[in-house]
Amino acid sequence: MLEVKDMVVAYGRVNAVKGISFSVEKGQIVTLLGTNGAGKSTTLRAISGLLKLVSGSITFEGEPLDGVPAHKIVERGIAQSPEGRRLFRKMSVEDNLKLGAFSRKDTAGVKTDLANIYELFPVLGERRHEAAGLFSGGEQQMLAIGRAMMSRPKLLMLDEPSMGLSPIMTQTIMRTILKLQSEGVTILLVEQNASAALSLADRGYVLEVGQIMFSDTGKALLGDDRVRKAYLGAD
Amino acid sequence: MDLFWQQLINGLSLGALYALIAVGYTVVYGIVQLINFAHGEIFMVGAFGAFATWVVMGSPKEMSWQMAVFGLLPAMIVGGMIVSVSMALLTERLAYRPLRDAPRLAPLITAIGISVFLQEFVRLFFGDIPGMPDAKRAIPFPTVIGITGQSLHFGNVTVQISAIFTIGALAACTIFLWFYVNRTKTGRAMVATSQDPDTARLMGINVDRVIMSAFAVGAALAAIAGVAHGLRYGNIDFRMGFLAGLKAFTAAVLGGIGNINGAVVGGLVLGVVESMATTFIPGQFGSPAWKDVWAFVLLILVLVFRPQGLLGAKVVDRA
Ligand SMILES: Nc1ncnc2c1ncn2[C@@H]1O[C@H](COP(=O)(O)OP(=O)(O)O)[C@@H](O)[C@H]1O
Ligand SMILES: [Mg+2]
Repeated sequence: MLEVKDMVVAYGRVNAVKGISFSVEKGQIVTLLGTNGAGKSTTLRAISGLLKLVSGSITFEGEPLDGVPAHKIVERGIAQSPEGRRLFRKMSVEDNLKLGAFSRKDTAGVKTDLANIYELFPVLGERRHEAAGLFSGGEQQMLAIGRAMMSRPKLLMLDEPSMGLSPIMTQTIMRTILKLQSEGVTILLVEQNASAALSLADRGYVLEVGQIMFSDTGKALLGDDRVRKAYLGAD
Repeated sequence: MDLFWQQLINGLSLGALYALIAVGYTVVYGIVQLINFAHGEIFMVGAFGAFATWVVMGSPKEMSWQMAVFGLLPAMIVGGMIVSVSMALLTERLAYRPLRDAPRLAPLITAIGISVFLQEFVRLFFGDIPGMPDAKRAIPFPTVIGITGQSLHFGNVTVQISAIFTIGALAACTIFLWFYVNRTKTGRAMVATSQDPDTARLMGINVDRVIMSAFAVGAALAAIAGVAHGLRYGNIDFRMGFLAGLKAFTAAVLGGIGNINGAVVGGLVLGVVESMATTFIPGQFGSPAWKDVWAFVLLILVLVFRPQGLLGAKVVDRA
């Protein structure tokens, strides 16, 4: 479904992503792991069209994405919940969700999806007119995911959804991700919390300073020594 | 007491003029963090566009007041808007957009360049457009029967109809802006973009289009201000955008730059302070020559004691 090939992305003259290739198959959960500064967010930002590629290519459903502006990429079916959630903090929950559906014209469908989000996250429904900035970290993450879902994406990209959350809240978010997968959404999950991410992932890629070091199925990586040492805190 | 009411009305109508221009500074700043110093000239070309519309209509002079107020005046406003908005969009596309990722100073200097360019262009070439008078000196603004030179009297207080027009136009624009920002999709996209442009892109918002809307809305209001200025002072000239633009920019900062309501309040406060200062401050400091001084003293005081402006600048909030 998504095919990234030899992608190089730079900030100014510094390459942050140095020629990575990976793919995401329809229906899968694929995770990108790596420590701070590895280039995970840069990768997602490039796929979303916020950053231009220096070289390489991104193909989505067989169509190249290069030169496609960010707002058109959303229309093609790729949504992102960015790192740090980036909610419109002074706007209400409902306004945030409606912005997530900005590119859609089917008013009735948007209404249904709003109702679905409120069913999935009842706390958002109960407090839909309150400003997004007033919610707890976990609730804000739910809103960020809900907002991304409002575009009815085929591919949902989540950048560190567990950041700053309690283990229990992280569990809730991970269960939500599984639920979305079961509804047919393909997921590209960026995480520093390797154990949480690998336990869901069909496939994982490990990124270090802009390069993919190795990849395998989620299960295999959970048992992999290199991953255990570097990301799971084992000796 | 009559003098107080008289000066209050004068101040509010002057302030409404500032406010109509100030909105343009504030919406553009709120979205691209650019102080568009050419905005005063967008106001000026709006006035010239309204004038040109009148010429194109055959320079009509004799008509009923109904024709003047409901036919001629709206036509002039629309003509002014077309000129202002096209010019604003053209400068955005040709001058500012290519510099969007450049250091802040580059678009700022460009804005000053555009401002000089537009002034000189009107001064040198307006007269070369068939039918238009030479613009090297002030041009008398068309008389709108029923407005120009007319006034109402309340006891000893005189209210120019042009003042009522200006204040009414500001009121209508404020309501329109509230509706636009809060109730339309483009308006919501504008607010989202001003808070976080990258995340706005992730929502599927075409940020280029939002930026164009911001320039267009600001220019449309500036054109109304251009007509109001013509009706109030009876003439227009290529330099009119300089001081009016500077005052309107002051008003935008006063109210809190980036904040639309702030621009409205800032404009009105500035107008009232100017008008009161020339009346109630004794001696030479209250002379009309000191009017601009008091305006900028007010600005300095606000910047020292309330740097975010009266209503608070738009704080760009990013997580
Ligand atoms: N806006 C930016 N400007 C310059 N360098 C950046 C910017 N964002 C990230 N970087 C650099 O790019 C590299 C990759 O960053 P990032 O993709 O955010 O990593 P990760 O998401 O894996 O933590 C880092 O070295 C970081 O310092
Ligand atoms: Mg990151």
